[in-house]
Amino acid sequence: MAIFVDNNSKVVVQGATGHQGVFHIGEMKSFGTKVVAGVTPGKAGQEVHKVPVFNDVSDAVDATGANTSLILVPARFAKDAVFEALDAGIKTVVVITENIPFHDSMEFVHYAKYNDAVLIGPNCPGIASPGKSKIGILPGSIFKEGNVGVASRSGTLTYEIVNSLKEKGLGQSTCVGLGGDPIIGTTFIDALDAFEKDKETKAVVLVGEIGGTAEEESAEHIIEYISKPVFAFIAGRTAPPGKRMGHAGAIIARGKGTAASKIEAFKKADVKLAKFPTDIADLVEQHS
Amino acid sequence: MKLFEYRGKELFDKYGIMVPNGKLVNDENDFSDLKFPFVLKAQVPVGGRGKAGGIKSVENKKDAKEKLAQILGMDIKGFTVGKVLAEEKVGIKKELYMSIMLDRSKKTPLLMISGSGGMDIESVSDDQIFKAWINPFIGIQPFHIRGTISKLKLDKEEGKQVAKVLSKLYKMFREYDCELVEINPLIISSNGNVIALDSKVVINDDALYRHPDIIAENVELTPLEKEAKEKGIAFIQLDGNIGVIANGAGLTMATLDALTHYDGNAGVFLDLGGTDDPEKVMQAFELMKKAKPSVIFLNLFGGITKCDTVAKGVKAVITKEGIDCPVITRIKGMNEDAAKEILKDAGLITAATLQDAAKKSCELAGGA
Repeated sequence: MAIFVDNNSKVVVQGATGHQGVFHIGEMKSFGTKVVAGVTPGKAGQEVHKVPVFNDVSDAVDATGANTSLILVPARFAKDAVFEALDAGIKTVVVITENIPFHDSMEFVHYAKYNDAVLIGPNCPGIASPGKSKIGILPGSIFKEGNVGVASRSGTLTYEIVNSLKEKGLGQSTCVGLGGDPIIGTTFIDALDAFEKDKETKAVVLVGEIGGTAEEESAEHIIEYISKPVFAFIAGRTAPPGKRMGHAGAIIARGKGTAASKIEAFKKADVKLAKFPTDIADLVEQHS
Repeated sequence: MKLFEYRGKELFDKYGIMVPNGKLVNDENDFSDLKFPFVLKAQVPVGGRGKAGGIKSVENKKDAKEKLAQILGMDIKGFTVGKVLAEEKVGIKKELYMSIMLDRSKKTPLLMISGSGGMDIESVSDDQIFKAWINPFIGIQPFHIRGTISKLKLDKEEGKQVAKVLSKLYKMFREYDCELVEINPLIISSNGNVIALDSKVVINDDALYRHPDIIAENVELTPLEKEAKEKGIAFIQLDGNIGVIANGAGLTMATLDALTHYDGNAGVFLDLGGTDDPEKVMQAFELMKKAKPSVIFLNLFGGITKCDTVAKGVKAVITKEGIDCPVITRIKGMNEDAAKEILKDAGLITAATLQDAAKKSCELAGGA
């Protein structure tokens, strides 16, 4: 088992023929992902790493049975691409694209919910279930099959943490990048619920950062519903208020979203906190 | 992007929300079509300008001339006043608060209304703020208005007028990709008009491409931050003296935190993102040099990005242009060994762990 993506994920890549699309279709295929189709309007009939390209998502779904979409299209076309995927019946959508207008994300996040679909991102590195499937731009080399579930608002910081887990021999069930934007589909709470149900997952690592109150809400959720051990790292303890720290969502606004408040909430929920990102692996090792 | 008050009010006017009669003034010649007494308001992208002396009432031309000279060029929380809005005074019967913002948790617009206008909304008790979350697919509906405006002690006609302002404000919030629109205070004037006395409008930077009428002034950025933004580099100036370059926003933040742990202070946050393009790396180092840090701390994790490619870029800049402060590097991930060799060869200090590198940076910066 794993969460959200596994051996049954049949992936269509929207934005398949661009530089990113071509590169990552290759990377995903060598990880073992079932990439069944690509979509680029006007490019039907082409192939990318032997994957057939279609003009639209519904053609791709009809021809290949794709059930998961990876969105790599530029920001201004992203909303349309997500709507298209959902209307074609896709039930898991992973949105990598950065700099999507917040109002667009707000609309497609609600439309995904209305369609009972899982939407991951936007502005995220994607999701990987080692040994099964990787959908996104995460580097395949850092993963190892195992029992730690990882959910994160960050990209490179997540790779660093996953890599340090691997160096300690701690493999992962699924690693999901939730995205660095203020409006995202899948949240810490959604990931925690899925990991709680997943038999393969024995412990959960959350990588949070300043901005918003997702960590505080997940801490309350952990107290109530999560029995598995949870570990966390919060980035941005020293970030000044009012500045966007690289991610659109990493901003302390109106006194909300400080690292101190998140750390406090996690302590109350008995979540073990790491001071440095690479310490997480030590904590998980000690407690398992 | 935060808009100046007067730009926000131009948008209000466009949507039919009444604002006081006013204009930007540079000198006494601009006073001719304004009725005394009026108010001079410094245009700055921060709150608290009233307390700082940036808002003054004027009685006559002489008074206005003197006070305008005081406000223009004034420093308010690090911002020099370059623009002053003059507005005619309005008789106030009631002061309200109205705002719409994006609620990150519910992922919808959040509407907030209060009968306690004119003060900081955070100091208003929660039971005096009436809220409604508006699903973007249904938009603003009569029940949202019943649940908020009807709770204010307004007479029927006032309630109707305020409801109209709310609908217009919601339309503007959605059409202009706003992160926040706030009217504080929204007043009911002595002759019964509903008027926005102030404006706070934040437009989502990522949506500016579809609003060509909004001029990107980036008033809240420092000159170096502006330069970085034009080059597409995430660059933030802070109070300390250590320049941090890392890849990925989360990792860069975590690097700042590690410095603080060893009593050091970051002066620059520079996120290279996913790039290993030598041109970008060179631009990043040039920007960093302009910020004049005492130490530069380069923290890289290579995943898809290869460490050695970034290292080559770094070496090229340093060999070509030189660098007049120590550079501490910590490299991990894809091709790290090759990268370390390249950086050592360029005369940079390589540290084994994040902790070692942070400690060393703080020592050299005079912190720890």
